[in-house]
Amino acid sequence: MGVIDLPAESQMQQTGERIVNDFSFMVATKNGSGSQTSNSTIVRALFKMGIPVNGKNLFPSNIKGLPTWYTIRVSKDGYTARRSRVEIVVTFNEMTAAEDIVNLPPGGVCILPQEWNWTKSRSDIIYYEVPVKDTVRQFDIPTERREQVSNMVYVGVVAKLYDIPLETIHQALSDQFNGKPKPVQMNYQVVEAAYHWAADNLQKLDRFHIEPMDKTKGKIIITGNEAAALGALFGGVTVTAWYPITPSTSLVDAMLDYKHLRRDPVTGKDTVAIVQAEDEIAAIGMIVGAGWAGARAMTATSGPGISLMSEFAGLAYFAEIPIVVWDVTRMGPSTGLPTRTSQGDILFTYFLGHGDTHHICLIPGSVEECFEFGWRAFDLAEQFQTPVFVLSDLDLGMNNWMAEPFQYPTEPINRGKVLDKEALERFIAEKGEWYRYRDYDQDGISYRTLPGTDHPRAAYFTRGTGHNDQAIYSERSTDWVQNMERLRRKFENARKVVPQPVVDYDAGKQIGLISFGSNDPAVQEVRDRLAAEGIETNYLRLRALPLTPNVHDFVLNHERIYVIENNFDGQMAQVLRMEIPGDTRHIRSLALGDGLPMTPRWIYDNIKRYEGK
Amino acid sequence: MATNKTVGKTNTLGLTREDYKGNKSTLCPGCGHDSISNQIISVAYDVGLKQENVIKLSGIGCSSKTPAYFLGRSHAFNAIHGRMPSIATGATLANHELTAIGVSGDGDTGSIGLGQFKHMMRRNVPMVYIIENNGVYGLTKGQFSATADAGQELKYYGKNEYPAIDLCMEAIVGGATFVARSFSGHAEQVRALLKAALAHRGTAVIDIISPCVTFNNNPNSNKSYDYGKANEIPLHEIELIPEGFVPEREEISIDPDKMESYEAGQEILVRMHDGTFIRLQKVGPDHDPRSKAQALALLEKVGMEQLFLTGLIYYEEPRPTLLDTLHVVDTPLARLQGDTLRPPKEALDKLMQSMM
Repeated sequence: MGVIDLPAESQMQQTGERIVNDFSFMVATKNGSGSQTSNSTIVRALFKMGIPVNGKNLFPSNIKGLPTWYTIRVSKDGYTARRSRVEIVVTFNEMTAAEDIVNLPPGGVCILPQEWNWTKSRSDIIYYEVPVKDTVRQFDIPTERREQVSNMVYVGVVAKLYDIPLETIHQALSDQFNGKPKPVQMNYQVVEAAYHWAADNLQKLDRFHIEPMDKTKGKIIITGNEAAALGALFGGVTVTAWYPITPSTSLVDAMLDYKHLRRDPVTGKDTVAIVQAEDEIAAIGMIVGAGWAGARAMTATSGPGISLMSEFAGLAYFAEIPIVVWDVTRMGPSTGLPTRTSQGDILFTYFLGHGDTHHICLIPGSVEECFEFGWRAFDLAEQFQTPVFVLSDLDLGMNNWMAEPFQYPTEPINRGKVLDKEALERFIAEKGEWYRYRDYDQDGISYRTLPGTDHPRAAYFTRGTGHNDQAIYSERSTDWVQNMERLRRKFENARKVVPQPVVDYDAGKQIGLISFGSNDPAVQEVRDRLAAEGIETNYLRLRALPLTPNVHDFVLNHERIYVIENNFDGQMAQVLRMEIPGDTRHIRSLALGDGLPMTPRWIYDNIKRYEGK
Repeated sequence: MATNKTVGKTNTLGLTREDYKGNKSTLCPGCGHDSISNQIISVAYDVGLKQENVIKLSGIGCSSKTPAYFLGRSHAFNAIHGRMPSIATGATLANHELTAIGVSGDGDTGSIGLGQFKHMMRRNVPMVYIIENNGVYGLTKGQFSATADAGQELKYYGKNEYPAIDLCMEAIVGGATFVARSFSGHAEQVRALLKAALAHRGTAVIDIISPCVTFNNNPNSNKSYDYGKANEIPLHEIELIPEGFVPEREEISIDPDKMESYEAGQEILVRMHDGTFIRLQKVGPDHDPRSKAQALALLEKVGMEQLFLTGLIYYEEPRPTLLDTLHVVDTPLARLQGDTLRPPKEALDKLMQSMM
């Protein structure tokens, strides 16, 4: 049983037992100081030692100077959720040091620069003071690199105090810099000097220890945004249009980095076009145009971009054009907290557009699913000739996660019901006609042709205005209703095809947990903890909207349902209450929405409160 | 109108002019826009345009309804207000073999769509972009648009106090490589410009003053039919000389900015990217459209004096189109299938290995 940062801390100091591979670090620095390199080096080194690890960047909306924190959790049990408490803090930012230190539990550790001459006001924690400036001064480092390299001092000290071998740090640095010897050496020399200084001058007083394991063998470490980009590239994306916005930017950056996967070896030319648009409206407009013309088209954005895209989303829904839109959700309303995570776009995106509009939404809960939904979204979009939204979030998208190596797409590319010249010829020969929006198969999905199809009857008129099944402008109520009924039929069919929830269910348990997305690690952990206390739970992790029919059964088969989500209003709970027939008064919303990744502690406290134990 | 086909008269594709028509117009009888639709039909018929390779694009407004009224065998996309340029951008990226014809209005382009209009030209999206410009909002019943001249008056909305946005000037400044102004009452010129624009490799903007017979056609309005008929000053007569037809005279190769004037009846031959020429035979004021400085100065004068000048205002050898800059395969992206779209399993495995 892992440490879930539950109220055991006070005992920790008294018992004095060794704590191995089961605690969290926090590194507090200034934004833009280059500490990301140091933090990633530690994460990668721990990963290379076979220890389950997760790093989360809690950063400000700022280029340089404001405080930033990075938390690293090591967990022998493989838990990757954020813990609300950390045991070891590297305080390299004087602005936040006081607060960072106050929050340490008794027995905690603070690593800080010697030159601050910090007043050590707490006797119940351990301070390690390190000469940052003097260590760096030994080396001839260009002025503009000095701040970044200074952060390597804590890497060296942490390595020594917690037994991370220097050669592992060297390997991790080499990974970081793609093996380029010069930056590796420049950083490593500082790590090494700090390591040796710590060996000679620091006496280890705390009880936290790192020991090698074999739990990361065969695993990879990657961000959700990179995974999504790879998924899209393996999913046959041909047009991407986008506008930079945190936290989705790194998704398209990764597409640019990996674009070579889609390079024709003979001509050296790409099979994907990536265009930076002038705004999010143009970005979605471009992919709507491209999707209409037959491309597999996508964009990536976040909340404010989704707002701007709403009119086009409605058009694509109504004109039935396949597009894929990634919403790497950040905290709203409005500009909100641009660099903080949220699951607050569920309702808005699900119904994006005026009038009676609803969209297929995929909700990845891991980096593996970011990859899978990266390719699957195109198949669904083309199969259903409709926009598909993928709701990721900042935590999943921008942080590094351990994962199983991605599985190659298990299904062939599905381009949906597209009639090329020959197919159209056959279609007309058989049916005597072809009309764009006629429901020939009674599944709500009509047949489309692409512009440029060399057939005199291939053309049709695409419009956001009312139309009959021949795609002709119509204001007749019967035409309107008929079309809306077909769209509903199509949506109901999508319900059966979208990714099914992941369900862990045993009959007889009275408590059902429902959650989704990046909350999964926290929910998994809290279930273990509750089970250890005798509170058994079932768990359903949603992976898509609309809700699949088995969600109804899950909800109705429990006495109490907790819907755990990272937004303020409990949006998924609202969807469940709205879509599930019957009495849903036993649904209780546990909605956090404080800008930070979900913690097991928060879920635990809330469930315990309601369960009255 | 009766649908009697002109028996025996066909173009190079063996099609009649009738084959290039669309649905019957639902615009007000006498609308300038219908006249433009007719010229599009004529030009497409004349040059033997393959309709199956054409896409017709529009935004929202009276003008944006017109793609339904011409080239019935072409795919069309009547999108949302002011955003047709992004649709055109995406569609031509997906399939660069398509010929894109966009129809917009002064509200669609000059107000809500000004941003997308500019960026389309900056990227040199290959398309013919027609603005049916009447200075007024028709479907919402008679508000001023941003192209109405200062001092103009309308029935319900009084006097316009703001200077007009000159869409040709915006186009030149925005980076368009083919910019023309015309008048829906000047059918021959509209046709000539359309032919040239279709031959252009890049964004070709034609701002056509097209009177609104319902809301802005009183003789005091300088967007009215009578005003246009009485005051249009064509710069030149325009003729497209197809590729391979050697012009009778050598191209005038002097620096246009240093050229002082040319005589009435004298001509300028504008060489296009593929060896086609646009012959401009002077009938109005001196103007060499190959000079950006001359073009902007001319439009400045047009604005100051509220002149109604028509013709090819600006032309430059087109920059690479958006697609040209992206280094994508020659096959249209929309036609790629199977293995081309999905890298092999080995590529993924190798990548995964490198991340362990």
